[in-house]
Amino acid sequence: MHDAYKMFVGPVHPSLEEPIFFDFKIEGEKIVGVNIKPGNAHRGIEALGMQRNPVKVLTLAERVCGICSISHPSTYARAVEIASGIEVPARADYIRTIMCELERIHSHTLWAGLLAHEIGFHSVLHFGMKVREHVMDMLEYVSGNRVNYAMYTFGGVRRDIPKEKHEKLLGAVKYYKDAYDKLYDVFLHDKTIAARTENVGVLSKRNALELCAVGPTARGSGIAKDVRADWPYAAYGDVGVKALTSLPVRGKIVGDVLDRTIVRLMEVKQSAEIIEHCLDQMPSGPIMSIPKIPVMLSKLKSVTGEGMGRQEAPRGELAHYVRFNKNEAMETWKVKAPTYNNLATIAPMIQNMQIADIPVVTSSIDPCIACLDRVALVGEGSKKMGKRPGTLSKYELHDLCIAKSKSLGKIEEGHH
Amino acid sequence: MAKLNAKTIITNLEKKYADKISGVREEKHNYGLKKKETLTYWFTVDKSIFKSVVSEICELSYPFLSVISGRDDGKNIHLIYHMYISIDPADSPGAKNKEEGLYLSVALPKNNPKIETITDLIPGARISEHEKQEMLGVNVEGIGDEKMFLPEQSGIKCPWTKESLAKQKAQADKDQAKEEATKGDIDA
Repeated sequence: MHDAYKMFVGPVHPSLEEPIFFDFKIEGEKIVGVNIKPGNAHRGIEALGMQRNPVKVLTLAERVCGICSISHPSTYARAVEIASGIEVPARADYIRTIMCELERIHSHTLWAGLLAHEIGFHSVLHFGMKVREHVMDMLEYVSGNRVNYAMYTFGGVRRDIPKEKHEKLLGAVKYYKDAYDKLYDVFLHDKTIAARTENVGVLSKRNALELCAVGPTARGSGIAKDVRADWPYAAYGDVGVKALTSLPVRGKIVGDVLDRTIVRLMEVKQSAEIIEHCLDQMPSGPIMSIPKIPVMLSKLKSVTGEGMGRQEAPRGELAHYVRFNKNEAMETWKVKAPTYNNLATIAPMIQNMQIADIPVVTSSIDPCIACLDRVALVGEGSKKMGKRPGTLSKYELHDLCIAKSKSLGKIEEGHH
Repeated sequence: MAKLNAKTIITNLEKKYADKISGVREEKHNYGLKKKETLTYWFTVDKSIFKSVVSEICELSYPFLSVISGRDDGKNIHLIYHMYISIDPADSPGAKNKEEGLYLSVALPKNNPKIETITDLIPGARISEHEKQEMLGVNVEGIGDEKMFLPEQSGIKCPWTKESLAKQKAQADKDQAKEEATKGDIDA
């Protein structure tokens, strides 16, 4: 029998995309326990949100996480709309649904590439990145940005998806339906991927239930649970989404990394179908109920009440809780990211696995530490402003926005 | 046996605990063209029956705990346990795996904000309980005092309490004024 040793991974480590600390207990190569400590990217975004008016917080919510920069403002907007009674036009609900599904495709294809990277299969990593690139183009085509899309406002969306944009989007739908077949072939029929994912990182259905697992992590263990199906918001009630598990593809549910992979790949195709449905059925009408920001701010200042927004983000259930008390700023803002629930599932998954399985198992929950800790600021900051490193003033951000818009203009002129 | 829905659970709890359950509020919303409805019950329980109520909900229909939110009103710290139970499709025609919300609120006096852990019933509550302990100074009995969110060396204590938020707001206002004053320098 071996003695147990401690092995630390993180908070900064080549196999981690973001900072988090793992304290593993190992016997030889076998992992017999783990203690996980987040908090290394904590910047107090909720406390910041409780000092600003709710409209400014919409911009802040979008910056909780770069990948989920649709999910966060979407869920936050829903919480505020519930608390304040602001109505959302049906057309805006359809546009919101399309944006959410574009984000899911982007997140799942990025994750598929990163899983291949963790396995050490770099040609598949590059294939994943190539497949993902098309949806990034579509997000930019609709919103003007590849990240932080600024699409949301309380009571609707800020940009329409007019008929002339449908053709390109339908092209993307076809692309992702076809891409699913290729991804499916690579991830399900390749021996290297099977060796690293089959029966690796098993999460039982019972553990998933007790640890309140969400998203593909829960569905990979056979829990047919999806906020889009169980708590329909935006246009999902019209679409009729079904929570997907790997059962129809694999014929059984193991709860391993492969099951979580299958669920995400199936969801890429499902997202493409949802976008197609929404483009086809999109009702006409306004895209926002309160176009004037001062009117909205004045309304929100008079609100007393609370609201809980929920959404099926790519990684699972995302929730924002808000409370108003007739003030300029909210009394409470709580952000609950999917990783908040899924982090605890790593412990049973990693039990009795090998050290070499750590990167694959931890990445199989698609962790987002920025979401969990809520925002990390990066950059050099401004010495002129006497700021601490990593922060930019609003004027500097404004100047950077103008510079970016000008550079985009130059690119377009070049094309003409 | 058919699963219970949120309304039945609330009715059962009200019968059993009478005046120790208050502020029961039904909230309905619908979205899209088909106007599919979501249903939530908000309710407040006395601290003395908190653990029994959670235990009872777990027995009636094991819930999914999304998160525990919290706020400090100066006198009390209020915790809300946002839970969802799944409803049997047979009881809810047209639904697939529908959920209904149970948002349980409990007030803890600020001079002694103690609450029992529910990790023995719902192990997934651990991270949420730790967060409330660190951010609001709630003493969650039975989970230890390990730090999960705030760096141990930072010296930051309970940043979501009313006093702490007021201090942060005052500092933010000062920073804002300084930033406005130096705008001219940047433009130049």
